[in-house]
Amino acid sequence: MTEKMATRDAYGKALVELGKEQERIVVLDADLSKSTKTALFAEAFPGRFYNVGVSEADMMGTAAGLAASGYIPFASTFGVFATGRAYDQVRNSIAYTRLNVKIAATHTGLTVGEDGASHQTLEDLALMRVLPNMTVIVPADGNQARQAVRAAVRHEGPVYLRLGRPKVPQIIGEDFPFELGRGQMLNEGKDLTYITTGIMTAMALEAAEELKAQGVNASVVNIHTIKPLDESLLVQAARETGAVVTAEEHSILGGLGGAVAEVLSQECPVPLIRIGVKDSFGESGNPDALLEKYGLTARNLVQAGHAVLEKKAKCCQ
Amino acid sequence: MPTLSTAEVEELKLKARKLRRDILTMIHRAGSGHPGGSLSVIDMLVFLYYRVMRINPAGYPGEERDRLVLSKGHACPALYAVLADLGFFPAEDLEQLRKIESHLQGHPDMRKTPGVEMSTGSLGQGLSVANGMALAARMDRSARQVFVILGDGEVQEGQIWEAAMTSAHYRLGHLTAFLDYNGLQIDGWCRDVKCSDPMVDKWKAFGWNVQEADGHDFASLQEALGRARSYPDSPSMIVAHTVKGKGVSFMENQVDWHGKAPSAEELEQGLAELAT
Repeated sequence: MTEKMATRDAYGKALVELGKEQERIVVLDADLSKSTKTALFAEAFPGRFYNVGVSEADMMGTAAGLAASGYIPFASTFGVFATGRAYDQVRNSIAYTRLNVKIAATHTGLTVGEDGASHQTLEDLALMRVLPNMTVIVPADGNQARQAVRAAVRHEGPVYLRLGRPKVPQIIGEDFPFELGRGQMLNEGKDLTYITTGIMTAMALEAAEELKAQGVNASVVNIHTIKPLDESLLVQAARETGAVVTAEEHSILGGLGGAVAEVLSQECPVPLIRIGVKDSFGESGNPDALLEKYGLTARNLVQAGHAVLEKKAKCCQ
Repeated sequence: MPTLSTAEVEELKLKARKLRRDILTMIHRAGSGHPGGSLSVIDMLVFLYYRVMRINPAGYPGEERDRLVLSKGHACPALYAVLADLGFFPAEDLEQLRKIESHLQGHPDMRKTPGVEMSTGSLGQGLSVANGMALAARMDRSARQVFVILGDGEVQEGQIWEAAMTSAHYRLGHLTAFLDYNGLQIDGWCRDVKCSDPMVDKWKAFGWNVQEADGHDFASLQEALGRARSYPDSPSMIVAHTVKGKGVSFMENQVDWHGKAPSAEELEQGLAELAT
């Protein structure tokens, strides 16, 4: 494990790298460029950076117009504004039109921290994944964020890229290939499967270690692409282990857990426990304290692992 | 810009009459649609598509074409009539307006209809998109002009004013907006529903060069656009005074004709009034 890096920092750096390679890449921000890290691109390529001020709806439409003219715009702001504030613009001007706009949203989930519930989107994955034509990506760490930005550019069409504020441990090696729409089996076990995304993947690896010491072998599948979802890998993991725990820094409604439940209930029903924020808003606080309070820790994943094994024992004898 | 000769004006008038007949006919066949706003905007579209814009239907899309965003997307029967007449698609397609499997959707779909530059329908979004197109033209060092048509009810949407600030901030002199200022919206007169006046002062205050025109008078539109072109460093708004339902006596200034199809008899009467 190398030093920690925030996915938004990796995004800012990757944009500059890509900006050098492809002159059709342009970047838009809505007065948060220092926080979203698009300021790095603005400094490197001032002629290809547009700050539209505090107007996220306008930013999405402007990005659509740039894409309609052959540019590859990245539009960045906090996740809560990118998805909620500008939902109709994302729906009608970007998703419906299949325009090549990359929405790169930072400050997602509880780990926004002290700014509190108004700024902590816990529903963005649900909102974005129900839009036809939208690809939804959640990198697990800085390395993966860098790969994801490149993958977003290679993909022709709208992308929602979910990035975070805090520094997070590097868990995915630089050499681990990023394939859009493909889940990653990071650890193989026979007893249960953790299906996780974003910062929860590191915790799942930690939980799997702890369970191993207790004689339980857990698989860990990192889902960096929420849509299109790697259904075959999910079904395979469910079939092999017979018990699934999902975890995300998002509401348990409509996000990764919801998506996994949709697939497995049809294709391979097994006991399932969803870890996430339980249909509530967040609040101000230190990010780690918030993760603790809302039940998003490795310890919670270990408990859920035991609980799902009990369900498995009861219902599948 | 040169003034239009009498013969040129007459030619455009004839074209507009023909397209008004197409609008009524297609909405009648569809059984639903928006005749009022289509009839108020059609002269502007005829002016732009037949006198101003550099487009090449045979070579579509072609990068160097001028762009037009019909932000008030519900007036698409007017746009479809123009595009069919220009040969973007066969005129008989107009019979399929709003029908299943048709490329002519109830509101414009850029992925389905040749010549439609942007999907619109959810009001308030077109000006932002036009800004993006204008920024792209500038980065491309292209002479492409970008046009956008807004409704006067539509400017009640907040995004319009977000976008208006963006256009002015980035000094988009090659962007021209036309406001179809017919004074009516679905629930009544705009000034009664939620008054947006003083319209000209508002756009001026937002940093735009504003011109006024009679939106049914081609010479007036030409003059207004000519005046607008003398301000290369700011976006231009042409507030086009129009009559909702223009050209069909029983539809003019009648709010009920915002979104209703004419019956067979009403169609017959309308076509008779628009006969050449």
